Amino acid sequence: MHGRVKIKSTAQQEEEKRKEREKKLKIYVAARDACFSKRKEGIWDDEALQLTQQLLSSNPDFATLWNYRREILMHLETVKEEDEVQKIYEAELSFLESCLKVNPKSYGSWHHRGWVSARLPRPDWARELSLCDRCLSLDDRNFHCWDYRRMVVKVSGVPVDQELGFTDRLIGSNFSNYSSWHYRSTLLPLLHPESPEPPSPRRERPHSSPPPSPQTHSHRVCEEQLLKEYELVQNAFFTDPNDQSAWFYYRWLLGRAEREEMISCVYVSREEERVAVAFSRPVNAQSVGLLLVLDGQPQRVEWRSVHPRFKHSPVWICDLPPGTISDITNEHNLTVHWTEKHTHRDCALYTGRAESWCRDSATDQELFRSELSIEKTSVLQSELQSCNQLQELEPLNKWCLLTIILLMRALDPLGYEKETLAHFQTLREVDATRSAYYSDLCSKFMIENTILKMEYAEVRVFSISDKHLTTLCHLDQLLLVTHINLSSNQLQRLPPQFAMLQCLEVLEVDNNCIESLEGVYHLPKLEELLLKNNKISTLADLQPLASCPKLKCLDLRGNPVTQTANIESALSELLPSVTDLLL
Amino acid sequence: MAAEDLPSEFDVVILGTGLAESVVAAAFSRVGQRVLHVDRRSYYAANWASFTFNGLLTWIQKQHEEESQPEEPQDWSSLVEEGEELIHLSNSDSSSISNVQVFCYTSEDEEEEVEEKCLNTTEEERGGADEVAVKETSETECAEPKEEMTEEADGTADREEEASHTEGQEPEADQPAPSAAQSQSVPTKKKISYAQLVKEGRRFNIDLVSKLMYSRGSLVDLLIKSNVSRYAEFKNVTRILTYRNGSVEQVPCSRADVFANRQLSVVEKRKLMRFLTSCVEETEEQQAYRGRPYLEFLRDQQLGDNLQHFLLHSIAMVTEDTPTEEGLASTRHFLRCLGRYGNTPFLFPVYGLGEIPQCFCRMCAVFGGIYCLRHSITCLLLDKDSNRCKAVIDSQGQRISCSHFVMEDGYVGADRKKLATPTRLISRAVLITDSSVLLSDSDQQVSMVTVPPIAAGCPAVRMVELCSSTMTCMPGTYLVHLTCQSVGSAYEDLSPVVTKMFRTAESPEQENCPSVLWCLYFNVTDGSGLEVEGYDLPSNVYVCSGPDAALGHDHAIKQAESIFQKILPDEDFCPPAPNPEDIIYDGDNPSSSTGEETEGAGEEAEGAGEEAEGAGKEAEGAGEVTEVAGEEAEGAGKEAEGAGKEAEGAGEVTEVAGEEAEGAGEEEKQQESLQTEE
Repeated sequence: MHGRVKIKSTAQQEEEKRKEREKKLKIYVAARDACFSKRKEGIWDDEALQLTQQLLSSNPDFATLWNYRREILMHLETVKEEDEVQKIYEAELSFLESCLKVNPKSYGSWHHRGWVSARLPRPDWARELSLCDRCLSLDDRNFHCWDYRRMVVKVSGVPVDQELGFTDRLIGSNFSNYSSWHYRSTLLPLLHPESPEPPSPRRERPHSSPPPSPQTHSHRVCEEQLLKEYELVQNAFFTDPNDQSAWFYYRWLLGRAEREEMISCVYVSREEERVAVAFSRPVNAQSVGLLLVLDGQPQRVEWRSVHPRFKHSPVWICDLPPGTISDITNEHNLTVHWTEKHTHRDCALYTGRAESWCRDSATDQELFRSELSIEKTSVLQSELQSCNQLQELEPLNKWCLLTIILLMRALDPLGYEKETLAHFQTLREVDATRSAYYSDLCSKFMIENTILKMEYAEVRVFSISDKHLTTLCHLDQLLLVTHINLSSNQLQRLPPQFAMLQCLEVLEVDNNCIESLEGVYHLPKLEELLLKNNKISTLADLQPLASCPKLKCLDLRGNPVTQTANIESALSELLPSVTDLLL
Repeated sequence: MAAEDLPSEFDVVILGTGLAESVVAAAFSRVGQRVLHVDRRSYYAANWASFTFNGLLTWIQKQHEEESQPEEPQDWSSLVEEGEELIHLSNSDSSSISNVQVFCYTSEDEEEEVEEKCLNTTEEERGGADEVAVKETSETECAEPKEEMTEEADGTADREEEASHTEGQEPEADQPAPSAAQSQSVPTKKKISYAQLVKEGRRFNIDLVSKLMYSRGSLVDLLIKSNVSRYAEFKNVTRILTYRNGSVEQVPCSRADVFANRQLSVVEKRKLMRFLTSCVEETEEQQAYRGRPYLEFLRDQQLGDNLQHFLLHSIAMVTEDTPTEEGLASTRHFLRCLGRYGNTPFLFPVYGLGEIPQCFCRMCAVFGGIYCLRHSITCLLLDKDSNRCKAVIDSQGQRISCSHFVMEDGYVGADRKKLATPTRLISRAVLITDSSVLLSDSDQQVSMVTVPPIAAGCPAVRMVELCSSTMTCMPGTYLVHLTCQSVGSAYEDLSPVVTKMFRTAESPEQENCPSVLWCLYFNVTDGSGLEVEGYDLPSNVYVCSGPDAALGHDHAIKQAESIFQKILPDEDFCPPAPNPEDIIYDGDNPSSSTGEETEGAGEEAEGAGEEAEGAGKEAEGAGEVTEVAGEEAEGAGKEAEGAGKEAEGAGEVTEVAGEEAEGAGEEEKQQESLQTEE
């Protein structure tokens, strides 16, 4: 016949294996030591090249050796002819290929390949691209390869549509692929940019600020393509609604450009001789070139954020030189310039007025729709419909529920408030591990809605009690508010951002779980603070209140701190202005 | 091949080289039994065989001839010892095949004339004789034709284009039919001519049975377990199609298919996916439908007509009255097989299904089995006392003693069949067409097409369309197999489907359909319909039935395994063959005494083995039956021993699972992340 089967005892096999390993280790260690000593001596010769190759081909993640290799190659570049250099680098590329077979996700190998490709006198980009194709067809989530591919594409000028076709193919074979979707999101705006005219002339700019810079919308995609993308991604999430990659891409499609950068509010108070400025995003006022002009005269003022914790803040304040605006019979015109962004906002303080402001309200700016899209309502509406359809089929799918909530907010935050709350409740149930996240998100939306309601009512009272709030946000929008009622929620702290409430006079936060009052800090007008039934436990927690000069009334009933010995005397020492103390 | 060279004693003698017999042969040989495997035919695989075009023409001719051939019983009484009794075996081969009809639609010929022509052409005789040689060397030849084909592909494409240009003109009717030789010299500008089919006949591998391999079916498991898979290459069936409302549609069955499908609405997509994921597990709701039709169950799932059709006809592949539990079982089987090697549950062996029995024969030969084709067993010698078969007498009149005898049921004499159970038949059609039933980006698709009954009382038809890269047909053509349970003759059952889906002389109005160049209808006995136990035979004689109508191979594999286990209940059935590297080749060949015959067979087998090894190293092409899982894990280890170098190509499907999580984490950061999942 054709021979017998070898029979090896396992002990014998083990022994052989062990010996083999020992032998390998010996060779490896010897080669490594040789490399290190050569490098120390600064020898850049072929032998070193070979030694490192030997080592790296068995362990391609040895960064020091790659460095050494680069040193050698750079040295060879200086002493060899171009043709020879080309050959050396080509050999390097094929060596790298073998390294990638050992570990297709080796940082060292990919980085070195990028380095070699960049130095190759006559690079063959087509070959590199096909290498990427091959690697990605084996593992479509190899992000090292994705990075390298982006580099190759950029350098060799591969047409964008070709790359988009590539993502089509990968997504077609397996759409559970963040990299492909993400790559798509970078390619689409290049290939199908949004048409240049403003998408929706939704409001008159009352304060003739300059038109938005062209970059603000640059990562948007034209509507025709957008509709196709919606269809594609819907196919994905209807096929598998539990796959997050498609949902993330969907969110990107629905998302909108960053908000225009501007000064959203200027507030001036005669009594405090103080100006507060709110920006559309947190800035560092000391470094953005903020200029205050009062009655035509540039003022030298010192801008400070509302809380020392913030280097960046959406609200900044400054004190005017004493006496400049204190005379109530004078009228003053104020302009704040944001020189860096070529934008400014004017504010007039009329005779007989104690304060004045000028701003875009949250409703003007459609501020809270920024989460999702400025797309046409009809588009969003139909997206909402298909998500609702999916939700009917998959009532417990969290991605679908969350997307529905976002779409509803983009469409009509107040109109859909009830549904939104119900969906949040379902979300907390089906995805209990993230219930705190949903609660925070829900709080945020509730606050936004309350702000909107307040704006429509044109009042300076912000009231949101008994709504299960777990967090506070958008406090910069409450700059002008005088009365706040947050009682009967689940707040644990009044965060430093609370210091933005420059006009606040009365604060009700009864029946929460507040432990920290960090944000009740230098509130110039705060007179009344109702803190009944919270968790303030030490006197130190009340320390921030000492910075509020007008605080007269403080209700601390039902807080652990009231059990402290000598609390009354300690408090009168700490807060001398308080005349009305409830313990 | 002189019969005197055969040893006179074996453990197992096997008559017939069909799938079950070949698996049995391999299994016995593998565990050290002495196996003699013979077949009266000149080719391997009996009714499981694949033929070149010319080989098939010869086969057709033989079917016609043998119907009239009388059998002459010979007198072997001199070989009978005391206490023994002769049992004559039937030697007619054609009883299982009936209603053979051939139609040729290419060139200008009338069908009747064409039929005659193919039966009379003398050239084919030679082709048929060469058949075996071609088969035996097909492994070594395959590399070379591959290259040729790619070169010629362009040429045929051009020709096709020309053909489509002239399509509009009506063929000049009633032209005198040229003979095959003539038409060869007259270049026809139209579609591929009959002469071309004959000339390129070697490029065809036309299967008598049409089956597919479920990627988690018992055949694939056995091929992997026994390492027989290394003797063959496989291709994934690339798509599942169905015929519905007069057109061919793609059936979305994998996640990627569902995602890419353009016909289904997103809601249907969701419903389909949900159904497919939910039916994997047994639910109380399903229990409630026990005994009631699957269709009813599907209806109550609110799936809609589209999905119901897909699920019933293409995924479960059952009829409207199949009970729910059965429908669900076959749906689950389908789903289990998905994604192992590709986007469909099926594999098809390159060079045709006839390869599979031969692969097992090779394994048998490698372990010492002896092969004789054109060699039969005419009689069994029954020991009256023990009711056991002591020996057999072969067609050369040699007495060969054996402990067990296995045979194809076709050899069982009519007198030994206990009950005349009504035999069920399978209707088969083989078409050579000029284009695919559903055009797509690639012209190299392997398609499984389900055709539900086109009218009440008609059978459901299963159709497999093979492209030239499966090495079963010449470039520019498609080989289409139709199969169904017979109601009438093959022609009666299948021609209505053919004329609906293809353009033929009977259906010239189907202008947008592929044209049939040539077609063959025949009926074959349904192997599953025969009661294998129901024979009056000695206790150590075992019968294997021929091909059954089912799509998979489970019937034959089960049969082989049960025969093996009856004889050797304690032995492993087809254990993994050792790695060639672990075999010690020593100077003394202990079995050299078995003579030339053995060596011949052995050499062939060895050659095949080497071939297979080579193929394994390439390991590129899609859908190879290769087990990767183990290697993968090793490659992932930090040992960096250079393992897993070959981990290219094969088994991408299973590969990514572990790394997915990592990738996800990294990429998520790039997205505008609202929340993070681990």
